[in-house]
Amino acid sequence: MHQEDDVKLPSRRALLGMIGQVAGGAAMYQAMSSIGYAAESDYRGPVKLSRAKPGATVLVLGAGLAGMTAAYELRAAGYKVQILEFNQRAGGRNWSLRGGDRYTELGGATQNVDFAKGNYINPGPWRIPYHHHAVLDYCKRLGVALEPFIQVNYNAYLHNTNAFGGKPQRFRHLQTDLQGNVAELLAKVTNQGGLDQAVTKEDRERLLEGLKAWGTLDKDYRYVASSATSDKRGYEIDPGGGLMPLAKASQPIDLKDILGSGMWAQVNSGNLYEFQSAIFEPVGGMDQIGKAFERELKPLIRYSTKVTRIEQSANKVTVTYVDADKGGAPRQASADWCVCTIPLSILSQIDVQVGDPMKNAIAAVPYGASVKVGLEFKRRFWEEDEQIYGGISQTNLPIRNISYPSTGFFSKGPGVLLGCYAFDNVHAFRFTAMSPEERVRAALEMGAQIHPQYKSEFKTGVAVAWNRVPFINGCYARWTNELREQHYQNLCAVDGRIVLAGEHASYIPAWMEGAILSALDAIERLHAKAQAA
Amino acid sequence: MFKLLPAVATATALLAGAPATHAQTAAPQPTLTSQQLAASFSTNTARFTQQGGETLYRSICQGCHMPGGEGAHSGAGFFPDLRKNQKLAAGAYPALVVLNGLHGMPPFGHQLDDQQVADVVNYIRSNFGNQYSDVLTPQVVSGMRPATK
Repeated sequence: MHQEDDVKLPSRRALLGMIGQVAGGAAMYQAMSSIGYAAESDYRGPVKLSRAKPGATVLVLGAGLAGMTAAYELRAAGYKVQILEFNQRAGGRNWSLRGGDRYTELGGATQNVDFAKGNYINPGPWRIPYHHHAVLDYCKRLGVALEPFIQVNYNAYLHNTNAFGGKPQRFRHLQTDLQGNVAELLAKVTNQGGLDQAVTKEDRERLLEGLKAWGTLDKDYRYVASSATSDKRGYEIDPGGGLMPLAKASQPIDLKDILGSGMWAQVNSGNLYEFQSAIFEPVGGMDQIGKAFERELKPLIRYSTKVTRIEQSANKVTVTYVDADKGGAPRQASADWCVCTIPLSILSQIDVQVGDPMKNAIAAVPYGASVKVGLEFKRRFWEEDEQIYGGISQTNLPIRNISYPSTGFFSKGPGVLLGCYAFDNVHAFRFTAMSPEERVRAALEMGAQIHPQYKSEFKTGVAVAWNRVPFINGCYARWTNELREQHYQNLCAVDGRIVLAGEHASYIPAWMEGAILSALDAIERLHAKAQAA
Repeated sequence: MFKLLPAVATATALLAGAPATHAQTAAPQPTLTSQQLAASFSTNTARFTQQGGETLYRSICQGCHMPGGEGAHSGAGFFPDLRKNQKLAAGAYPALVVLNGLHGMPPFGHQLDDQQVADVVNYIRSNFGNQYSDVLTPQVVSGMRPATK
């Protein structure tokens, strides 16, 4: 904040208390829960490892972003590197599904993706915050083209089945009106003497001035229909040219309806550090990052390789594996050192020769559930009928989000929506427990409450439930503070000749940044040990 | 939660399928209409509001342990096979796993009440080729929860 504008506002606690008094506990809770917490990336630029000892070898388990980051940097330092990968492709959770792709989940259900050429869905990560410096730097170094990801769209919807008769509301309306109504209330409290104890007279005047600007209040500190408020929330009739109809201000939503909407947290979600502008996506699908790494490392990767045992002795690591598709006799690979990026959900089921502290840590961390459904429609009705270009509509329905593509605007022909993003709640489990076909139908049924065009425009869909993804059995490591206190150090420490890496060994779980930072930190420590050995 | 509320009761009943039997495998699942599917979700994001052992199994467990209890064995790891499973001999073991999780399996203790935990454990122990006739009570489940919830 600029020095001259340094208005001394009441403390956050005082403000929340006031909101609680005037709007009730539920509103206060919403306001509190919208105050987010986010971990900051600690990337300090490309890792600089000294020259490895001649002939030193490393076995990397997993060709996801963590494994490939480790392999890329260790090879550059002079190590001879081999990567073992379960899938027939590299990338891990960095993954996109396109027309022509075939995906078989655990349980055997196979989906043949039928999207039109150029359309895709990212079942895993789908956006890169501007402060995920490591991911962005690798994109730059590996030549991955990025484009803006539209997170907040003022013309997208907020929808709650229990508010406004279930009618979706434009984000700009709720956002502006919430701010305006809260400003009016706070001004009222201030003018009635409610803040006389909390702030000085001078500051009360500054507060009122600030509220007027922030909440678009009139000279009497009221939030009413006017060209000023319509300049923020939009007009009922937009200003035109020539003899077109005169502009008409739009009518704000009543305070009572705003308070009853239960949508405060949704209005604020775009303010979270992780979701603030600018935020990016790779051109052509998130898997472009994995593919870029794969281009660099392809000769090092052994695909379709299922690890069954990890052993170590005083001078080497030996990994036993079988062919994931054909089975057959177990084979072995050995190296001086090992970077293991196998997710804990899988690693906890593998015989790993490490000490009890690491073993207990591997066994301790549950994996979260998450489900995404991609829906392709015959035309971009959200653009053509509703002027929604990218961004996310939010709902209290189990689908939670409808995300519109941030690319290909105004194009004719089929477009793909993210029609469901259930994440780490009871609904994610319910979706997982359905067949893929049922997930698509459920997402369509719910989404049609927001976009009635769903029913007539639907073309095809694909559904990915992470618990049923064969290489991971879950979505991400669901740490709690208690678990971290007990196990995190032990999970990350080098055990003999083995170090673990991945989003599960980071404080940025479920994000690609966590995977890459974890790998960079792990190889620095492993390398230091290797140099000293 | 949905506009489809009147369908909830029907969907829940359909989700539970035929009356529980001691068949070797679970009863085949009926095909639900899209409305019934949408109405089969919990009415709350923090807790499962579905009731009854079979409905809870169909709403949660079969996501990993599969509709017939067979688990999964074709991937990088596995999901345990619940059929004729001797680890289910004492109801306390599956109840503890449901409450606290195990390895990658998350804990469900904060999302299910004692009755729901007992119901789903009793369902698993009397289906999928399991024929354990003793019944786990909600009181016993309650005693298995940590002192501080």
